[in-house]
Amino acid sequence: MEAVLSFFVAIFFAVAIYLMLSKHIIRILLGVAIFGNAVNLTIFTVGRIVREVPPIIPEALQTPDTITANPLPQALILTAIVISFSFFAFLLVLAFRAYQELGTDDTEGMRVAEPEGEPLPPLGY
Amino acid sequence: MRTLIFRTIAPYLTSLMVLFSIFVLLRGHNDPGGGFIGGLIAASAFAIYGIACGVSPVRRALYFHPMAISGFGLLLAALAGWLSIFFQVPFMTGLWTKISVLGLPVDISTVMFFDIGVYLVVVGSITSIALALEEREHG
Amino acid sequence: MAAETVDLSHAMVTAPVPAGDWLVIAPVAIPIVVGAILLMVRHETRLHASLAIGGLLVTLATNVGLLSRVLADGPQVMTMGRWLPPFGITFAADALGASLALVATLVATVCAIYAQKDIEATGRRYGFYPFMFLMMAGVGGSFLTGDIFNLYVWFEVFVISSFGLLILGSTHRQLDGATKYAILNLVGTTLFLIATAYLYGIFGTLNMADIARKADAMRDTGPMMTLAVLYLLAFGMKAAAFPVNFWLPASYHTPRIVTAALFGGILTKVGVYSLLRVLVMLFPVERAELSGVIAWVAAATMVLGIVGALAQSDLRRVLGFVVISGVGVMLAGLALGTQEGLTGTILYAFHSVLAMTALYLLAGVMNELGGTYSLHDLSGLYRKSPLIAALALLIVLAVAGLPPASGLWPKVLLVRASIDAGLPWLSFAILLTGLLTTIALGKVYILTIWRQKEPAEEGAAAASVPMPGVGYASLIMLAVPVLLLGLYPEPFIRIAETAADGLINSSAYIGAVFPAGGQP
Repeated sequence: MEAVLSFFVAIFFAVAIYLMLSKHIIRILLGVAIFGNAVNLTIFTVGRIVREVPPIIPEALQTPDTITANPLPQALILTAIVISFSFFAFLLVLAFRAYQELGTDDTEGMRVAEPEGEPLPPLGY
Repeated sequence: MRTLIFRTIAPYLTSLMVLFSIFVLLRGHNDPGGGFIGGLIAASAFAIYGIACGVSPVRRALYFHPMAISGFGLLLAALAGWLSIFFQVPFMTGLWTKISVLGLPVDISTVMFFDIGVYLVVVGSITSIALALEEREHG
Repeated sequence: MAAETVDLSHAMVTAPVPAGDWLVIAPVAIPIVVGAILLMVRHETRLHASLAIGGLLVTLATNVGLLSRVLADGPQVMTMGRWLPPFGITFAADALGASLALVATLVATVCAIYAQKDIEATGRRYGFYPFMFLMMAGVGGSFLTGDIFNLYVWFEVFVISSFGLLILGSTHRQLDGATKYAILNLVGTTLFLIATAYLYGIFGTLNMADIARKADAMRDTGPMMTLAVLYLLAFGMKAAAFPVNFWLPASYHTPRIVTAALFGGILTKVGVYSLLRVLVMLFPVERAELSGVIAWVAAATMVLGIVGALAQSDLRRVLGFVVISGVGVMLAGLALGTQEGLTGTILYAFHSVLAMTALYLLAGVMNELGGTYSLHDLSGLYRKSPLIAALALLIVLAVAGLPPASGLWPKVLLVRASIDAGLPWLSFAILLTGLLTTIALGKVYILTIWRQKEPAEEGAAAASVPMPGVGYASLIMLAVPVLLLGLYPEPFIRIAETAADGLINSSAYIGAVFPAGGQP
């Protein structure tokens, strides 16, 4: 199972990186979304995959009596999903605003903050 | 999107979704559910209302600004953690008590208030993002 | 609840926690509460400044309390929700984290004071102060947490808040800069998350003290080197180290000057802190293997950063490159990894937080007096205000690393440490950076303060500029510690030495988190 999942992780990363290498913000954003999912799948895979036995200790015992699912990777993924979701929502609004105001989503055209051909600073006085 | 059917149904749909979101929030302690997913359901309810009837009716219906709701949620969650200082236990320790409502015992805990705080943070922030996007589309 | 029948002492902290232990969490929890209140009263803009300054002063007081406790009794620990470490999320304050949290809060307080003038009612309604508080909560959490996934969460908290601060005002330049800042920082933090995922897969724990004590047994089994390299890349990106630093000059000059002061002072230092914490404390052997790479990265960052500063004609863009160059100097100590080198790095971090913020605020005051940030037009400030000339001289000397200001001693330590470690070229790079910084900032000083334009142009501009009283007050508040660090450095060097020692010999840190030495 791990081998199959790691294969998927590799595909996700490849797709994400390919999209992020694009010049267009919207493609970069799609890449970022897939990137986040690739990482979540990574966490899930490295957390060891076992049968879905809930990790609940029976009464009168100190430790669980069978091998249970590891709840920690799921908690980590949940946190990571929440964070990447809010990040993505913010980035979407930001990219939309930037597209409206700057009139382009091509990163090579976004030269407002660092204009091309700025004059050198004064060399003497 | 402002068709007659949608506009007629939207208020009922919204109130039903908000009700369901509170149900999901409260069952979250022992079953699937909780503040985050409940908050998302409520936020999508307000987004639907916004699509159907416009943004300003939503803002009027919420009464408070979405970010203020978010702030209140954050405050509630933080104070649920701070309550531990009076019981000599570390930050964010779950404290439980039982109260009786109409003769039925009900468990009340700081964990629940923390979850309600999360719910309000999510409702506030996601609604404010959704409304900001909708406003721009129409205006 | 059935839990009462089970013996909880196996899994939970049962001893009562005295209120004094709350000092560990207070520098994070207080900003969250104050930030939430500020978010609720967002439209009462008159309340904001006083509430914010008051909240930061309380946070500052808890930070002072925490640092003095740490220096007296060693690392302080609190584990959330009574679960025993490594299961509960631990907050562990050692000398490094507590002292950096203190300096960062001090700087934030000064920025809050300066912001009274810089951020008008629209900016406040948009949420300058709430975002600032959430950012400070994230920064404090990053400095104090003892759990590596929790460190990731605090990173995201301050990164998301910094987006809000960065686009405050929504000019075209800001949208452009913020887009690049946001996407590249997201990639950086995601790399951090990938590294953490692998770390969890290898160690099965996320508690830093637990990782530190297990690392020796794992040395030859797991892909530890991969982890160390991934962390170096992820935190290097956040710290703006050379090949991955281009988000910083693209964005730091776009927001309000007080926001830039906060960012330039604090945010890159969180990246440096995380590098120190993870590479020195958790992966010391791998860090030693990588030290050649880190040394080249450090030298390239400091020299290329300052060369970039020489070529800019906008004052704020000069400062962005100066921030990068300072990061390079701090990485030099990380490359050496010796007690003396790390002491130099940590002392440089204190200096850099204070001096970079002061430098940005200085630019803000200059803009108030001269009405522009362009080095072509800004001139004749000495005539307008000799005080600004004096303050600017002190701050420029500090950043250039010249006496009597704060930049001298950390550079002395770093130069000596790199000669001792047999890397004379690294000490040459540090000295060259100092020379180039002196040239770059000296040029700025001459152009803005001493240069006199034609009297005709001068008269119109100089007619009636009100004296920026708040700006002077904030600058003086930063100039005092800068001068103190330069003239009487012993106590600060001692704190930095304690912090460096705590990183190299992590037994005190581990012992504080696991007092019984209990097995997991």
